[in-house]
Amino acid sequence: MTDTRQPGAARPYPFSDPDRLNLDPLYANLRRQEPVTRVRLPFGEEAWLATRYADVRTVLGDPRFSRAASVGRDEPRTTPQQIGTGILSMDPPDHSRLRRLVAKAFTARRVELLRPATVEIADELVDAMIVAGPPADLVEAFSTPLPVRVICRLLGVPVTDQGLFRTWSEAIVSTTSLPPERILEYLGNMRAYMAGLIAERRRTPTDDLIGALVRVRDTGDDRLSEQEMVELAAGLLAAGHETTVTQISNFVYVLLTNPEQLALLLARPELVPAAVEELLRYVPLGAASAFARYATEDLTLSGVRIRAGDPVIGAVSSANRDGEVFEDPDALDLTRGANPHLGFGHGVHHCIGAQLARMELQVALETLLGRLPALALAVDEKELDWKSGLLVRGLRTLPVTW
Amino acid sequence: MSDRGTAWRLSVDADTCIGSGMCAGIAPGLFTLVHGVSVAREAPIAPDPAAVDAAESCPVEAISIRDAADDHLVAPEP
Repeated sequence: MTDTRQPGAARPYPFSDPDRLNLDPLYANLRRQEPVTRVRLPFGEEAWLATRYADVRTVLGDPRFSRAASVGRDEPRTTPQQIGTGILSMDPPDHSRLRRLVAKAFTARRVELLRPATVEIADELVDAMIVAGPPADLVEAFSTPLPVRVICRLLGVPVTDQGLFRTWSEAIVSTTSLPPERILEYLGNMRAYMAGLIAERRRTPTDDLIGALVRVRDTGDDRLSEQEMVELAAGLLAAGHETTVTQISNFVYVLLTNPEQLALLLARPELVPAAVEELLRYVPLGAASAFARYATEDLTLSGVRIRAGDPVIGAVSSANRDGEVFEDPDALDLTRGANPHLGFGHGVHHCIGAQLARMELQVALETLLGRLPALALAVDEKELDWKSGLLVRGLRTLPVTW
Repeated sequence: MSDRGTAWRLSVDADTCIGSGMCAGIAPGLFTLVHGVSVAREAPIAPDPAAVDAAESCPVEAISIRDAADDHLVAPEP
């Protein structure tokens, strides 16, 4: 591997600017030769980066690693602002107290109840695409409105307001796409909007998730502070905008540029759930890994001594390509059996929207491929416009024809 | 939730478990991941709020806690 560092010096991280959905080959070298390495992110203190599946799972799942310990530290990060508060900076039992309040709304059982409405929305969006005729920008016509409408319905956010928070939600995934003061402004707008919606629920109670949070808050047993409620609701709304939205287009892009796998899925639509898992493994959604966990005691990872108080970042996308766990890890194989990927993370911070995202991604692929089996890129792959300056990799537009 | 019992039995439905690691992170003494699937401690436990946190937080509701005496469901809430 090319390494021009001084001995013991930390590598700048991310290793390179994101190139479409390609993972930097340095991860594979590190997994073999230097599985736990020193890195320096654009902001914050130096950290360890773990690249092997087993180590990443330990960092994310082992209680000897803490997120709460990041509070008060200059956390290694790719964003100028430090999160500092909120559910992602908590450990059990504080974390469990908050998580439990919303976990019920996102269980597999509850999410299945949303599937028929999701199918209906997906069908309406494809109807509109067919009426307008090809070509279409899939990002605008399908990938964005589908998850946005579903999360708005679940939370009880009026869809008519979506223009507002669609602009603001970029702030939670922005690294350099927005100036730092704009990020703070948008985050403030998001919280103010949510505070307004919460006030409305106090006047007129509802059965949606925000209405339910307001009821918990107002029963007065200190289970939820006002600030926690606002941040939780704003976080869910923003997460619902910036993740599944991006992944629908990423998944379609991968399928359209892997014609053999696409043909397989068209011929065998029952493979859709397995295909979604494989795409979650294969597509490195994050431009880089972050959210370091701090060791609470001395321990070793792949033979490297980690001291109590050291921040360690688990490279999730690298773990998902670890040949020790996944056979032929760089190949997209929609028929892959057991697929214990870490696409939703692992441990207490495992994505709360995972079951919802799975359902939406399954519906998205089933509907698009079922109704538009001739779906294809409308431009040359090289002309596709990828976003930059974000925590996530995604397409600005995805011109398709059928 | 009723926690009047003096001993609880934990169980994990291995076919439902997706190995999120949620329970093992919340209650590491009670749940362990074995080959990617959570396994609950076999012996009855003294009532423990961390066990309820784990059962209530499981994304696929694979965990049940039952009163060891009369088998009634302690968590998760329906």
